[in-house]
Amino acid sequence: MGRFLAHVAIKFALLMLASSLVVFALVSASPIDPVSANVGQAALATMSVEQRAELSEYWGSDTPFWERYASWIGALAHGDMGMSLRFNAPVEQVIAQRALNSLALMSLAWVASGVLGFTLGVVAGAHRDSMIDRFTKAYCFVLAASPTFWVALLMLIVFSVVLGWFPVGFSAPIGKAASEVTFLDALHHLALPAITLSLVGVANVALHTREKTIDVMAQPFVRLARARGQSNARVIVRHGLRNLALPAITLQFTQIAEIFGGSVLVEQVFSYPGLGQAAVVAGIGGDAALLAGIALVSAALVFGGNLIANILYGVIDPRLREVHHG
Amino acid sequence: MAEAVSVLLHAPRTRRLPNRRATLCAVIAAVVLLGSIVVVGQALAPAATQTDFAHKDIAPCLGHPFGTDQMGRDMLVRTIAGLSLSILVGLGAACASSVIALALGSAAALCGKRVDAAVLWLIDLMQGIPHIVLLVLISFALGKGFWGVSVGVALTHWPALTRVIRAEVLQCRTSGYVSVARSLGTSRARIALRHMLPAVLPQFIVGLILMFPHAILHEAAITFLGFGLSPEQPAIGIILSESMSYLSAGMWWLAVFPGLALIGVVMVFDVVGSGIRRLVDPNSSQE
Repeated sequence: MGRFLAHVAIKFALLMLASSLVVFALVSASPIDPVSANVGQAALATMSVEQRAELSEYWGSDTPFWERYASWIGALAHGDMGMSLRFNAPVEQVIAQRALNSLALMSLAWVASGVLGFTLGVVAGAHRDSMIDRFTKAYCFVLAASPTFWVALLMLIVFSVVLGWFPVGFSAPIGKAASEVTFLDALHHLALPAITLSLVGVANVALHTREKTIDVMAQPFVRLARARGQSNARVIVRHGLRNLALPAITLQFTQIAEIFGGSVLVEQVFSYPGLGQAAVVAGIGGDAALLAGIALVSAALVFGGNLIANILYGVIDPRLREVHHG
Repeated sequence: MAEAVSVLLHAPRTRRLPNRRATLCAVIAAVVLLGSIVVVGQALAPAATQTDFAHKDIAPCLGHPFGTDQMGRDMLVRTIAGLSLSILVGLGAACASSVIALALGSAAALCGKRVDAAVLWLIDLMQGIPHIVLLVLISFALGKGFWGVSVGVALTHWPALTRVIRAEVLQCRTSGYVSVARSLGTSRARIALRHMLPAVLPQFIVGLILMFPHAILHEAAITFLGFGLSPEQPAIGIILSESMSYLSAGMWWLAVFPGLALIGVVMVFDVVGSGIRRLVDPNSSQE
């Protein structure tokens, strides 16, 4: 097991390093010139050539790519991710503040979509070809074809505009001091984005669990239990769940990329101040440092999820603990 | 009444026409539908940007089935033009992506262990950064706009198809007929052309078609976020992001109908893809 863990950890570190390189390369390939982006057109036009050269030296826009990458990754190792232009604060501060909102949203949606998808999958698989099975399949099929942001818009129209049950956006009531915002306020603003994200995220787990349940229900031990007179529900609880739960949890850990991608869109629709919305603001406003920082955080979350999934696979199936090379 | 409903609900599912001809008809109908959306949409593109302030903010009615927006543009016309644009961008980007997948997949299967490991590692890496974030990064790197989305979608959608092609080529390479052909002295180019290509092509085409819906949805999403096509183009993402400003005024039709139309198009692409898969795979063709 120790070797297996070491192997997985090294893979994680290498992937993080590579994605930091990809992210940095993409961000620095941008045609947006840091000098003109930061100074503004009018100021740039009135500046002398020496001033411009001084500024471009200050921002290091003439330094070669590898030198810049080395200094960025070096600072990163000390927890310094640079300054955000749009928020006028250190990137790590902006991310820390936003991550709280985003992690609340994502973890709620992650757990809810997992539980909902698992339940739907088990019930559908146990009652194959019944109404609920067909409903589940149709739901997952339609869901796979619907754009997440459109589902969010629909939820916004129905529950916020027409019914007025939930606020239209943001993470706290407008015009209230931050110290006065109660936990209930925050929850009220979090609810609709989280529900949307969970509803959109169930498809994979539900379909996978459904297949697995059908497999399990065809096993001899299930037939024996049924022959002994146990009810269908009892068979599923006693014999089904222990075969189904761990694979579903593992699958859910590999779904973090989906959840994060969905949260970018959902946060944008609900004007929810999380990481995803900050990434969009950074991308449109030319805030390279913040965009790179958020991309790295998202990669770390996804690779972390995959890492846990890999370890769980090892727990489920001891054969996978043998490290294969190549 | 209740009994009739319950009988209806519990009736065994009527078997669909269990033959290839029905599938073929469905695929052809779907392709014709998509083709006409593209053609009509391109023809309507100038009309989609025409404003008419005498008829603005009209809720759906007979004259304007999808209603009109704040500038009096007919939403049905805008939606069709937008769908046509989204389909074209999606098609182009997915085709480019499939070429990448074909090259990397065959390289992984044919060029030895090192290349194989490198390609697999690259796939892992690509799937590590969430698609939307990666698309934002690539759009940012290319300065947003049409090229940003197209290149972004093309660069992010190849991993799944690459895996399929790699597996398919590997299986073909170790098959009996290829080793016989090799021992008969057939040249490598001829083996690739006569034996490998026919074996891989069906999977490739199916994978390509099933990539279209993803490409279209991601194009719409990234345009919605403000990175993709520019605001004067009638793209679906633009329509939906504009609609956000008018939702609280109760103009629900601006968002609902274009979204439904987009879902419809994506599902039709799915019909084409799974139909062709059924047609080329003899095991499932009678299902």
